[in-house]
Amino acid sequence: MFGWEFPPHISGGLGTACYGLVQGMNIHKQEVIFVVPKLWGDEEPMADFVNASGVTIDYRERRFKKLWKNLTYLEVNSFLVPYLGPTAFKKFTDYSIHDRTDVDESIFSLNYQFSGKYGKNLMEEVSRYALVGAQIARDRSDFDIIHAHDWLAYPAGIAAKEISGKPLVVHVHATEYDRSGESVNFPVFEIERAGMHAADHIVAVSQLTKNICMRKYGIPPEKITVLHNAVLDASIISSTYKKKVPEKIVTFLGRITYQKGPEYFVEAAKKVIDRDPNVRFVMAGSGDLLNKMIDRVAELRMGTKFHFTGFLKGDDVDHMYAISDVYVMPSVSEPFGIAPLEAVRYNTPVIISKQSGVAEVLKNAIKIDFWDIDAMADAIFGLLHYQSIARMFTELGADELKKLKWEHVAAKLVTVYKKTLAQLA
Amino acid sequence: MRTVCFYFQVHQPYRLKPYRFFDIGEDHHYWNDYLNRNVIQKVAQKCYLPMNSLLLELIQRYQGKFKVAFSISGTFLDQMEAYAPDVLESFQQLVTTGHVELLNETYSHSLAALKSKEEFFALVKKHQDKIKDLFHGYSPKVFRNTELIYSDEIGAMVAELGYQGMLTEGAKHILGWKSPNYIYSNTLAPKLKVLLKNFRLSDDIAFRFGDKTWGDFPLTTNKFVSWLNALPKEEPVVNLFMDYETFGEHQWAETGIFDFMRHLPEAIFTQSNFTFSTPSEVVTALSPVSNIHVPTPISWADEERDLTAWLGNDLQDEAFDRLYELEKKIRKIDDPDLLRDWEYLQTSDHFYYICTKFFSDGSVHEYFSPYDTPYDAFINYMNVLSDFILRVDAASIK
Repeated sequence: MFGWEFPPHISGGLGTACYGLVQGMNIHKQEVIFVVPKLWGDEEPMADFVNASGVTIDYRERRFKKLWKNLTYLEVNSFLVPYLGPTAFKKFTDYSIHDRTDVDESIFSLNYQFSGKYGKNLMEEVSRYALVGAQIARDRSDFDIIHAHDWLAYPAGIAAKEISGKPLVVHVHATEYDRSGESVNFPVFEIERAGMHAADHIVAVSQLTKNICMRKYGIPPEKITVLHNAVLDASIISSTYKKKVPEKIVTFLGRITYQKGPEYFVEAAKKVIDRDPNVRFVMAGSGDLLNKMIDRVAELRMGTKFHFTGFLKGDDVDHMYAISDVYVMPSVSEPFGIAPLEAVRYNTPVIISKQSGVAEVLKNAIKIDFWDIDAMADAIFGLLHYQSIARMFTELGADELKKLKWEHVAAKLVTVYKKTLAQLA
Repeated sequence: MRTVCFYFQVHQPYRLKPYRFFDIGEDHHYWNDYLNRNVIQKVAQKCYLPMNSLLLELIQRYQGKFKVAFSISGTFLDQMEAYAPDVLESFQQLVTTGHVELLNETYSHSLAALKSKEEFFALVKKHQDKIKDLFHGYSPKVFRNTELIYSDEIGAMVAELGYQGMLTEGAKHILGWKSPNYIYSNTLAPKLKVLLKNFRLSDDIAFRFGDKTWGDFPLTTNKFVSWLNALPKEEPVVNLFMDYETFGEHQWAETGIFDFMRHLPEAIFTQSNFTFSTPSEVVTALSPVSNIHVPTPISWADEERDLTAWLGNDLQDEAFDRLYELEKKIRKIDDPDLLRDWEYLQTSDHFYYICTKFFSDGSVHEYFSPYDTPYDAFINYMNVLSDFILRVDAASIK
């Protein structure tokens, strides 16, 4: 498996999903070689970890040069850095224009130190990671199938497949269309498309994501299997943290960006507060739409009932879930979305958008279209006032959660592997 | 008569501490005690103490021919008592000379005049009592509203309180061709005399003094007196109104601002026929040349001389309206802690921090704000206000 991150050093849901999947594979006695850009040493020894930073590239190998030539979609010199804000991006591009003439040499050097982050050398690291994939595929023969998680690892998967001739499965945790709406970063899209087309089979984290793969990347449906994510721990959390305000609390917790649909939450809040002033809304998180949301809240004159906490970490996240009476995830496009399942663990009823993968597995939640602020307001009001439905959702939701096990996901994945290998034989 | 009238504004707000959403309903102490004490003590060293001692020296040297006026906000008086009693003593010493006049304003440097007559009167009364209490029964005759905010209606309210005069900005858009160097009267209550700030000569000292890019840099006492002499002979009074922190804080000691003030009286006495007067002396000695129409409020802030530094954007209006919605409930509550917080939360600075006029006067605003952005200021204020509302509601039920 090629994956850009692995716990405990993660920045998002990708690493957690990889962890869960490997854990599940262990239960089914599957041996996993897991290649990460940078090994920190404190990872749980659940796989045969390979540290890409420690792999020496044999540059005499001719096939690598050819491979490198074929990886034309990897525009290393492009100024694209998908995970940087505008200011950091500006800094990076200034730097690139003047200093980046040595790219080929640095990627082709004997050794290369990965940061394993999402920083300014991301494209360079992705390219080097691809060469590492090729090198490992040449050096080792003790694997049957290649599995690459998300676009950062697709080039490595493609390279490993070319060198070894073994089948490739790519795992789509998110696409560029989820992250950026219709204004996609073209080089990232190109890598995703190349990865999906080079793959022998594709795993998507939801039907929603499968549809995107079909519609936007031109993949035939029979080539895609949906494997929903699971949860590592389904136990109910009873926090000792107590609410200090008399009102009910409705929470949005996540990045305040286009993808997460914060503006629909704000509009729905207004509709609820107009009917019931004894509610507080909280928008927890940070992001490029934060100030716009603050402006809108003031404009709607609900500043004493709608609160912003900024980015929460550590115990504050726990506290926030613990005092929430309703959790809302109005995402515009969410391949899966694990946060509502966390809310369920705190016995908090959830409202999720139909445009989220998690809506496909969580039956006991209210599902609305992200843009339907009237339905969202109705749902919030209902969950706050009709205790029976809220109680039913939390009880049944907790039961559902227990069924979402990585063990089951891994079992299905083994079947996918077997079918893929059989097709090739 | 040709005279110069100095008035200095002395004010510091009670700044809020970083107050989080999780604090609502639990933590009822809103003030950043550490920062507030620090500011007072720092500015005391740079400005209040050295400038007070310079003024005392000048008053004694010229045996009362040099005089000035102060308006000292209640939030400043409270903080002096708590954090800098030596500064309070030096002000008391100045007032005891008999050549320093004190003005009244709203206790908590509030914008109440724009919203509620009842609250405005209550805050003026509280300031009167405080001044009386700290300065041996002193009773001001002239009024200065927060940030020199003035309109015909506000003037009429001030007249109703019995004041003889009131200070405001000599804003171009209300004066037109008229000169600020006369006394005017309020349109609705002609008994109230209105003193207008000569903003050109005031700002030459307050804003431009240390500016090396200014064409008239450096400003010497001779140059300043020559400008006074160049004014039309029939104009009787030049009102020099400014923040007291001009001396040593906005204009650092290194700019020579203290030396300028040390030598200004001498230059005026020897090179011109100007004298010094306090606002109440001006009001007594001069008759108005006409009334002045100010239908919409003006202030001394920014290029626009209007209210947009404090009110007007959605964030400011939301904060302001939510606060004053509480007034009716507050009237029925007799809890000294709640009333104190109610007053301190009205201080205009809180709304000033939420100003989003980044591109025109933003730099001045940033200098005065403890927050990174107006959005941070808004969130923090609203969190505090949300807790305050809970307390007011709880007290109302009792």
